[in-house]
Amino acid sequence: MPLYRDEAVVLRVHKLGEADRIVTLLTRRHGRIRAVGKGVRRTSSRYGARLEPGSHIDVQLHTRTAEPDAGRGHPRSNGLDLVTQVETVENYGAKLSCDYSAWTVAVAICETAERFTAEEGEPALRQYLLLVGALKSLARAEHDPSLILDAFLIRSMSLAGWEPALKECAVCSAPGPHAAFHIVAGGTVCANCRPPGSARPQPESLRLMSALLCSDWPVADAAPMPACREASGLIAAHLQWHLERGIRSLPLVDR
Amino acid sequence: MYEGAVQDLIDELGRLPGVGPKSAQRIAFHILATDTADVERLAAILRRVKADVRFCRICGNVAEADECRICRDPRRDLTVICVVEEPKDVVAIERTREFRGRYHVLGGAISPIDGVGPDDLRVRELLQRLSDGTVTELILATDPNLEGEATATYLARLIKPMGVTVSRLASGLPVGGDLEYADEVTLGRAFSGRRTVD
Ligand SMILES: [Zn+2]
Ligand SMILES: [Zn+2]
Repeated sequence: MPLYRDEAVVLRVHKLGEADRIVTLLTRRHGRIRAVGKGVRRTSSRYGARLEPGSHIDVQLHTRTAEPDAGRGHPRSNGLDLVTQVETVENYGAKLSCDYSAWTVAVAICETAERFTAEEGEPALRQYLLLVGALKSLARAEHDPSLILDAFLIRSMSLAGWEPALKECAVCSAPGPHAAFHIVAGGTVCANCRPPGSARPQPESLRLMSALLCSDWPVADAAPMPACREASGLIAAHLQWHLERGIRSLPLVDR
Repeated sequence: MYEGAVQDLIDELGRLPGVGPKSAQRIAFHILATDTADVERLAAILRRVKADVRFCRICGNVAEADECRICRDPRRDLTVICVVEEPKDVVAIERTREFRGRYHVLGGAISPIDGVGPDDLRVRELLQRLSDGTVTELILATDPNLEGEATATYLARLIKPMGVTVSRLASGLPVGGDLEYADEVTLGRAFSGRRTVD
């Protein structure tokens, strides 16, 4: 399969050499892959604008098998696929760069999608669809950017099997709602299971988290500001607990 | 793997931006084959550049004194500042001869994915320069790629309320590129056709 085609979102770009770029893509069918875009940083490049973070693209790639002497070769490009054609499906990144808050959210969403697809080449269709949906919603300004980010984060955690318990006790599964929340325990906890140091969030904050998890946007859009702030904090803490390294762009999101 | 000093040199060269192991090896053997006098000259200039070159206390450009050549020049227009990411962008714009004001070098672009936020750039220094009312126009000449655009968006949002006219280089610079790769004519045209950010 020397040539293949897929739909993808550009998650991250790295400069390579004088004018090339390594792009990290989340593709619809081939999972996360890294590929080389040749000459894309020259202002004359036809591809440059299409290979920017947050671009939704239709891409053709050329598989390059590592050369026999790969050990002495150029490890930063050897073995990486080569981008041979790119068409733009939707240029979300470019649309969002004129709205600073939304752009910082898009960057955090892309970085999170990269972290949630740990294995290169492992298909991750649901994560891909979640990513495209979030960027689309952001570009159309359907909801507050911060809410779109939190929905993406909590639903990504749910896909990864780290969904915080919100309706039952995280320890004994006793039906709730429960008032206490404990990150390490995994969500809301009942009065019997509650570990010392559990948080006591506003009920509205927990309701908002449930709404974000199941895309109940009318409830989420109507949530009061303090609940939004508290839910963001709980979601970020829950995420931080499950990831070895934090998401670098998350503290720089312009909320 | 080579022995001792040769391998050390290859390793050091390989840490330079844009230099892979293959190029590092090629440069190392080129240095080995070069006359001692030529290599001495290179070593001396490396030492001198670290000892003598500083960053201008006004604009952040490279300078051999407290202030750079441009900030010291009395013929430059004090009412206009052009904001760029790197010193190499100052060189690119100077080549066009379109701009007679002074510069402000940010030291990069906002790049949250690399952990670089506004506080990591010379934004505070820029606000300081605008505080006494001398500057009436600010031209945002960050790279025509997404991080450059977003940095310009951020600065425009911050500075417009201060009553300074903020403009951005005209399109014609294809998105996705580095400013330094734009030819003089294109960059000059982008400059004279700059549009006010509203
Ligand atoms: Zn319990
Ligand atoms: Zn200066």
